Amino acid sequence: MNVFLLIIQDIAVIAVVVAIIWSILRFSRSERWQRALRRFYGDWLGMAMLVVISIYFVVGISDLVRLPVKDPSGRYVSFLDLCFREVPVEKNFSAPLAHTTYSLNGAEPLKGRHLLGTDQLGKDVLKQTMKGCSTAMLIGTLTSLIYIPIGIILGIVAGYYKGWVDDVIQYVYSVIASIPGILLLIALLMVLGKGVLQISFVLGITGWIGLCRLLRGETLKQSERIYCEAARALGQSNLNIIFRHILPNVMHLVLISFILGFSGIVLTESVLSYLGVGMPIGTPSWGVMIDSARMELSRDPMVWWNIGAATGALFFLVISLNLLGDSLRRAFDPKAA
Amino acid sequence: MNQETPLLSVKDLFIRFETENGHVDAVKGISFDIQAGETLAIVGESGSGKSVTALSMTRLIPEPPARYVSGEILLNGKDVLKMSPRELRAIRGSQIAYIFQEPSTSLNPVFTIRNQIAETIRLHRPDVKNINEEIIKWLDLVGIVEPEKRMWDYPHQLSGGMQQRAMIAMALSCQPVLLVADEPTTALDVTIQAQIMTQLRELKSRLKMSIILITHNFGIVGDIADRIAVMFRGKIVEYGETKSILANPQHPYTKALIDCIPQLGAGKKRLTTIDHASLPS
Amino acid sequence: MFNYIIRRILYSVPILFGVIVITFVLFYVVHPPHSVALQMLGPKAKPEAIQNWLHNRGYDKPMFINTQAGQSLFDSQLCHHIKSLALFDLGKSLKTNEPIIDMFKRGAIPSLCITVPAFFLGITMAILAALFLVFVRESLLDVTGTILCVVSMSIPPMVYVIFGQWLFATQWSYFPAFGFIPGGFSMARFLALPVCIMAFAGIGSDIRMYRAIFLEEARSDYVRTAYAKGLSARRVLLVHVFKNGMISLITLVVASLPLLIMGSLIIEDFFGIPGLGNLMINATRSADFTVIMAEVYVGSLLFLFGLLLTDICYAIADPRIRLK
Repeated sequence: MNVFLLIIQDIAVIAVVVAIIWSILRFSRSERWQRALRRFYGDWLGMAMLVVISIYFVVGISDLVRLPVKDPSGRYVSFLDLCFREVPVEKNFSAPLAHTTYSLNGAEPLKGRHLLGTDQLGKDVLKQTMKGCSTAMLIGTLTSLIYIPIGIILGIVAGYYKGWVDDVIQYVYSVIASIPGILLLIALLMVLGKGVLQISFVLGITGWIGLCRLLRGETLKQSERIYCEAARALGQSNLNIIFRHILPNVMHLVLISFILGFSGIVLTESVLSYLGVGMPIGTPSWGVMIDSARMELSRDPMVWWNIGAATGALFFLVISLNLLGDSLRRAFDPKAA
Repeated sequence: MNQETPLLSVKDLFIRFETENGHVDAVKGISFDIQAGETLAIVGESGSGKSVTALSMTRLIPEPPARYVSGEILLNGKDVLKMSPRELRAIRGSQIAYIFQEPSTSLNPVFTIRNQIAETIRLHRPDVKNINEEIIKWLDLVGIVEPEKRMWDYPHQLSGGMQQRAMIAMALSCQPVLLVADEPTTALDVTIQAQIMTQLRELKSRLKMSIILITHNFGIVGDIADRIAVMFRGKIVEYGETKSILANPQHPYTKALIDCIPQLGAGKKRLTTIDHASLPS
Repeated sequence: MFNYIIRRILYSVPILFGVIVITFVLFYVVHPPHSVALQMLGPKAKPEAIQNWLHNRGYDKPMFINTQAGQSLFDSQLCHHIKSLALFDLGKSLKTNEPIIDMFKRGAIPSLCITVPAFFLGITMAILAALFLVFVRESLLDVTGTILCVVSMSIPPMVYVIFGQWLFATQWSYFPAFGFIPGGFSMARFLALPVCIMAFAGIGSDIRMYRAIFLEEARSDYVRTAYAKGLSARRVLLVHVFKNGMISLITLVVASLPLLIMGSLIIEDFFGIPGLGNLMINATRSADFTVIMAEVYVGSLLFLFGLLLTDICYAIADPRIRLK
């Protein structure tokens, strides 16, 4: 891969991040969002979770943005790699912060200090965990970029136009919803093969159902309201009504769905990787770390740091997303919580 | 009315609601008395505090966010606000009973009428041997036809008027000394309203029961109430005998409320509305 | 009510058809008959041999509808596929050539032995916990309970399995770590741990959902009437709120009953239970695509059946619908 593609990739990553932030800022100018933001400022739990998620986000970005510098194995390095360039690769397992490791030859000094130890291949666990973070962020964002537009368009169209359009969309999502999730995901991945893009695609085209249903219900309610009647009476086109009246009023649901959905995506990805359907071997992923580590707990001495780090990272990300989603829900609608 | 101790005596009742945006004083120091067998109508608009007052007779309002800042509610001399939960449960239903505005949602949709009334009877009158007989008697008293069949119905199978009658039967089944009716006819058709009010009047004289009637409609109080208390923004602004208030209202708010009653044959006049800005606060 | 059931069944038919078409298409994308033929007959096979092979199995017929002159409209691969599904012929495994229906019959019982007890255990605990949280609502206990539920929801499911097995089987040796011997009470030893883990893993999100349902009911007018009658908080909750809440709860619970046969992928894989979940995992690892597709089809069938059951139960349980 040449430098040109690399730069395009980097720009794409930064562009997506900027786009997400910009759209959030744009929608937050509405009254409903301002009120919710004020309520959110008072919610210390929600703010704390936002900080935690930002940390994950930064770590993830640091591995996704790559520099035109090559490392010994021929890959382009990322910011994360640069931070870890002083950390050597050992031969085998080692405990966190250990000085020596034991092998058949007796005690051997380690080449460097590892905060969370090393795994079977001698790689630093902390580095692997952070790389897993970038994979999770990447899959979460790509999946969201796929399922959110589909869910918004189909949900609003179904709820607004009703009639046969609604029936068709309902039929499609009933069919997809009837197939038990994991089974469908496995089947699709068998068809498409393993990989980050494939997982995101598969999760995306099956994950729009919940958002679509939610927005359809909300749009049905909204389009009955007086101001829609008024707008129609004034001669505004349907598309205009959708974009200027309905869409801003449902964006908060999209945001909450995005946050809670992200946690579901990350968990599902880890389950799929654990089962061996998700990632090609060698991709850093928390699910893969948990999978490779499951037999290691029964070793003697017990190797816990690998699975502990992956579980911990996954857990804190998912719980922060869940709690943040709850806080946002409370902030936008205090009565319904 | 002889000068005996009143059945219910409310003194300087002050109720405050604490919300996340500060507090709201729903009831600001009101006092009234009810003698045995007397009917008091508390009239006012939405937000005047009349429902809160009614519900507080047996502390039915959840206590956060409500708070009884001061005052007393004396039932036969005992202060309701100082009763233990067990004492409260003992007077609820057996001494003071309620009927509510929306009978369709105030009755439990998954139990039969018979079961819901039987529940109260079993609780407060455990000595009643034949509960079904008792229930039939009460349903008949409130004017439900074929009570032995109707009692096995679920609430949704009855019309609005019948549901309200069933709720009245349920309230009266333990022979309370005081019935609190919180807007009992507001959710019903006008014709049914008249029927229910007639029924209540008849029950009042038959059972010699005291009634607190909460309403925003001055039109229905004339026939049934002995005394009227007019509430406005948490305070009682006028309090006295029905005849004198209706004939000669003192407070401008009372006058405005009475004016609001549409008069048959009044011609094509515009209906009066109440201009809050012009009232003393 | 009979009409209601018939209508619901008719509604499910087009959806099932949609599922069949999707699985059919997916199968042929991954598994073009031509490449299977090449695989079976070897890369040097003559085109006539391949044609023959395809013809013998009916793979040379058109995919969806037969528009060729002189042949029936429904003589196509899709229609044959639908016919065999209707007769419960799910095809043969690509690896072992065993009829898949037999594999299903074998795997159903072990899966059910785990999922059914786990299901009932989980539901009972969740309902009790939800009722308790509603009873102490807005107190510190309620907040703590809700946070614990979020924590439980956020732990990835396989960690429950790994950790549970490590703790109970390896560290404390209460239960055997592995294996399955069908029949009799000795089976209970092997089941106890998977069942408990499965029940606990899903409990967090269930408690939150049930708590929301019961809380919603507790805000109803009839609860206020019940208090006005002098009933204790306990009776109001356990009789009035509970019965109304259960009707909403049935919608959530009954729908997942038929799917219990499918077993849990993670648990069966980890504990070596030879159930339908394990079947799926093995099929995935060995790319046995017919089995995967059969599982997807059966899963959908069970799901739709579950929806139907839900509607029926709802119609029976809610007197507002039962007595129209």
